[in-house]
Formats: sequence, structure tokens, C-alpha cells
Amino acid sequence: MLRYRLLGQVYGYFSIRQLSSKVPNKPTWTPVDSSKLPQVKEISRELVDHLERLSLVEFSNEEGLKRLNDAIQSANQLYIVNTDGVEPLDTVLEDRSLYLRKDEVTEGNCKEEILSNASITEEDFFVAPPGNIPLKKTDKEYKGKLK
Amino acid sequence: MTSLTVKEALSRLRDGRLNPQELCKQCLRRARKLTHLNIFITQTEEAAHKHAEASAYRLSKGNNTAHPLEGIPVAFKDNFCTRGIRTTCASHMLSNYRPPYSATMVQRMQNSGAVLVGKANMDEFAMGSGSIDSIAGPVKNPWTLLFQNTRQRSIANRQSACCRQNAPKDAASTSEELVVGRRGMHTAATEDIQLESASHRLAFVDDSDWLVTGGSSGGSAAAVASGAALVAFGSDTGGSTRNPASYCGVVGFKPTYGLLSRHGLIPLVNSMDVPGILTKTVEDSAIVLNTVAGHDVYDSTTVTDPFHPVQLDDKFSLDGIHIGIPKEYHAPGTSPDVLEAWRRAADLLEAGGAKVTEVSLPHTQHSITCYHVLCCCEVASNMARYDGIEFGHRAKVGESTEELYAATRHEGFNEVVRGRILAGNFFLLRKNYERFFLKAQQVRRLISDDFRHVFASGVDMLLTPTTLSDAPTHSWFTEHDNRTRSEQQDVFTQPVNMAGIPAITVPAALSPRGLPIGLQFIGQNFDEQKLLSVAHWFELNRDFLPLSLDFLDNPRRPQCEPLDQPL
Repeated sequence: MLRYRLLGQVYGYFSIRQLSSKVPNKPTWTPVDSSKLPQVKEISRELVDHLERLSLVEFSNEEGLKRLNDAIQSANQLYIVNTDGVEPLDTVLEDRSLYLRKDEVTEGNCKEEILSNASITEEDFFVAPPGNIPLKKTDKEYKGKLK
Repeated sequence: MTSLTVKEALSRLRDGRLNPQELCKQCLRRARKLTHLNIFITQTEEAAHKHAEASAYRLSKGNNTAHPLEGIPVAFKDNFCTRGIRTTCASHMLSNYRPPYSATMVQRMQNSGAVLVGKANMDEFAMGSGSIDSIAGPVKNPWTLLFQNTRQRSIANRQSACCRQNAPKDAASTSEELVVGRRGMHTAATEDIQLESASHRLAFVDDSDWLVTGGSSGGSAAAVASGAALVAFGSDTGGSTRNPASYCGVVGFKPTYGLLSRHGLIPLVNSMDVPGILTKTVEDSAIVLNTVAGHDVYDSTTVTDPFHPVQLDDKFSLDGIHIGIPKEYHAPGTSPDVLEAWRRAADLLEAGGAKVTEVSLPHTQHSITCYHVLCCCEVASNMARYDGIEFGHRAKVGESTEELYAATRHEGFNEVVRGRILAGNFFLLRKNYERFFLKAQQVRRLISDDFRHVFASGVDMLLTPTTLSDAPTHSWFTEHDNRTRSEQQDVFTQPVNMAGIPAITVPAALSPRGLPIGLQFIGQNFDEQKLLSVAHWFELNRDFLPLSLDFLDNPRRPQCEPLDQPL
């Protein structure tokens, strides 16, 4: 029954359409042979600690580690694109010179407004805890299995 | 009244048939009726009333030209800074942030007389393609109401139900029919349709299930689609304006990079971010563009060339216009409904006098991967500013600065944001920099060159799908994580951001399920005039009825009748 209906639709479709569309009938992507891609290296304890220190956020759980693994695996697909001799593209405005305004004070006297969004202030200062103390290493559960 | 276009509203406001306060009140009322859709993070009712009053006063004085958008209600995505009004980026990190200045887009809209009605919901820091990852909760697609509304009505009035769909996936819902009303019968190919490949996206699991808006500017798209605002601003980094516009059946316009100021738009990926415009029609987008475009001293990436306002002509002819159909945009997973809409549009344009040919953008399939690497890298850098000291959330930790930073960021960011920061820092490690970051930048040039070559060959613009399908259900969307969905959802939209060129999605058809399908026109740098002209031609000749929720204002009226006036 379903097949009959679909056939009916297909015939109906051809009788309605008079122009031959330029839209391709089949997907045009080339399948990526994943065996030719670089394999994702095992994520080490050292790498995790390093990234957490740089990012100042934690992976939180094993799912977080898997997320990184997936992101790397996906990025590895770029490996098959031939980019020999191609200049990296930083900005689409590379052929223009960016506008710079004159180095003049145009506004000011907004101390209170600027400070108003800080949770803690003292007199006219932002307040931060003592600096130059390295982040403590943590032993979270998700790091347990890492080498 | 809230289904008016900007153009119609302006004409009524100017000749006194409508006053700004009434229009503003209607939009606010609509938003209040739809609070369960979660369109806004902050509604600015009080300020809106005040501005509408000022608008009314100015209109009574009769000085129209200085304020081209006098009295038009506008919503801004909650990543545009609004002076004194909470701007959260849908993140706990900025949940208490009140910017001391307004974004240039906000300022220019307000200077032109527009009335800010609210800050629209979004994915946290614009990272996502569903508008479901927000501290304010997910945004629901207003088209969901059509189904809920039609379903109720169909029980009372079976004979009006002409399209039936089974929900094969879930045993509990197989007995529950989803009935699409007359509006859903608008497309040509509708008999008793049972497209298995696509129907799972509309198999509501239960009454708590609904359609997603797409993202990340889902609140902005929903605001325009539902009539809670006549215009909304979103941002577009990889398709964040066009994707939800397509799912919500509205026009979503991403101008050329450098044409609109990003000052005060909280950055995601600086080299790709642009403000996006969401409206009901292409004409409305042109009106808004003409109001806000042009150089801004506060954003050095806006170009200093003088901006020539876009002029649209209803009699525009497609003669001499060459439209390319990039064959790589038939990606795996494109739904039959979208393909059908795409084919029909290509044929329509050809029949209308344009030259339509197949073209090739060979690196398209690698674009999404490239986009994700570049996005994570810029995110890792951009998110470094959130430390809890000067603004934003601050954790209650006092041992050391580093500990404070780490705790603040852990509490402030959701796992999507944290994941992108970590991945970005991985790609940027000294040992990986060349292999991932520079490689992605090289691929970016290849993608950008693809567009350049095709335009240099004489093609004026491209026609492609905007999304793979019509709006999916929440239950389907959440079967996979944010990263996976973004890689699927942005597949047709992000190549444009890599190249900086302008693109606009226009609702093209209703799917057999009665949901909107958008198609994307891609133009050449700073040639908004031609892009919008062709899009406007298409809009006048397509076969599409926008959503109207006017039945909400008067529940006794028949609930599925056509609009009072065609848009």
C-alpha cells in the first residue's frame, strides 16, 4: 500500500514538473575513509592537567574527556585535505587596511559605571585574592584511569 | 496586529491608523501569552512603554524622516549589550551583568525610533544550534502551537483534517494522531503522506515534547514568528541567525562581514561574528539594514566605504541574473522535503528568467570540521576574559587568584562552553598549532576561494538549502550532544561565515507536516542590493503562508483561518 502511494507520488511529481532541475539527485559528498585518518592518541593524565591549567576549567567527568576525544577525532578529518602551499586565512578583510581612530580620549568619567559590575570592590579598586600561587592539583575520579 | 510587517506597520503608524503605544502593548501582550515558549530572558516592558510614548509624541509632531523605524517593536538577542538592562548571554557567568553601554546595533535602532521590547533567549554564549542550552531554559518553536491548536480543534471538527501522520517510533503515541490543519495543506505534494525517513522528527514523544527553534538565536526567531516583536536581532557566527529563521518560518539575514558593527555584541568568534537581522519579509530586512549599516568608529572591522541603501523594486526582473546551484549542498541526510523545495525554487527562478546552472564548491564537505576547529580556538581565547573580578559571576573562593578564576569559570560556564575552551586550547598547544589551527586556516582559504572562483566565473549568487530538514522535535534533537548536533545543523550555513559573504534565508515552502522550510541565497561581498533583490523576487513568487497566532487574541474565532491580509 505504502509502495503504491509512493509510486503514485513519483508519477505525480514528474507530471507536474516541466523543467529539469539543476539540483543533483544524489548526495555528492565523497565518503571519508576513516582508516586513512590519523588515530587520536590516548589522552594522558599530563595532557588533562595541562589543559585544565591553561583553560582554568575542568573536564568534570569522563564524558568531558570523551568530548575532547570526539572533537580531536572530528578535527583529524582535515588531514585528508591537500593544503600544500595554501596561505592561512586569518580574516576576510585581509585585503583592506583596518580603520584606526586617532589616539584621543573621547569619553571618560565612568568610574562608577565600570566598577558597578564587580562583585567586590574596595574604594576605587577591583579586589582579587593573593596572586602568584599555582593552582592546586586535584585528584578527581575521572582522572583515575588516565595514564 | 502583531502579524503586520515592518513596512505595513510604518505606513499605518505614519498616517495615524496605528499608534506606537498600541502596537507595543500588543507585542508585549503576545509575549505574555507565550511565556511558556521561553522566548525572552528579560522583558523590558517598562522601558518599552516609555519609548513607545516618546515615539507617539514624536509622530504627533510629524517629523518622520529622522526616525525611519519610529514605533517599531524590536527584540535583541541577549548577547547584545543594552545599557542598564541585564545582558546574560544565557549564561550563569553574566547573570548579573548590566552593561554600562549599548551595542551600536541597539543604539542605532533606538536612535531610529525602534522600541526595545525584550532580550531574546539563546544558547549559552551562542554556542549551539537548538536554543536549548540556556540558563533560562529552552526556547520552544511557536509552530508547535499550530499543532497543539490544530490537534485540539480536529477532535471537534474531523472533516477539516486532511493530513494524517502516524508516530511510529513511540508505542505510547501511536494511537495519538497528529492532525495538520488547512495551513498545513499549503504545499503542493500532499496526499496521505507517510514519509518514514522524516516523520520521526515530528513524532512527539508526549505532550511535553515540542519543536525546537534551531539556534543559537532561537528566541529572536521565535519573537518574530510569533509576533512578540516585528524585528529581532540575532548574531550569526556559523548560521545562528539563518538556522532558527528557517525553522521558525521567518527571514534571516546575515550581511557581509564588516558591514554591521559588532561593538557591544559579546564575541564568540571574532573573525566570523556578524549581527543578523530577523524579520517577516525580505523588504523588512532591507529597511532595517538601511537603518543600521555602515562604519562605526567603535568597531575597526567595519569598513569605511560609504553604504548605499538597498532599494527593492517589486518589478525587479531576473533577466541576466545567473544563479548557481552548488552540487555539494546536496549533503548526506538532506530530507526529501528540503530537496523538493530546493528543486521547485530553482525551477521557479529559471522560469522567471534567471539563468540557473549547477556549480561546484569542492571543499564544502570539509567546511564544518574546519569551522569547529577555528571556533573552539577563538572561543578559548575569547572566554579568557571571564574571571569574576571586574564583572560577571564571582565564586566564593579566596585562597588565590588562580583558584578564584578556576572556581568562577567552573560555576559560570555550562559544559558545552567548557568543552569548547578545552578543545580550543588543545588545538592551540604548541605541538598541535600547525596541525590543527593553521591547517584549519588553510582550509578556510580554500573554502573562501571556492566562492571567489564561482563568482568570478560569472555566477551572481547561489541558491542552497538552509537546514537539512524542517524543525525537529526536542526529543529527537536531544538524542545527541551539542557538538554532534552543531556539526549536522550548521552544515549549509557556516561556509558563508568562513568567506564573510552575505546570505539570506527565505521561507520557501511548508513541508508535508505543515512546517516551514527555508532556502538560502548566498551573494557576493557587499552586494546586498542584488542579493536582497533576488530574494525579494523569490518571496513575491513563492508559495508560503507565514504563521499567524492572531487567534490567541480572540479565542472564539475559528483557529485556522487564513491571515486577514497576505503578507
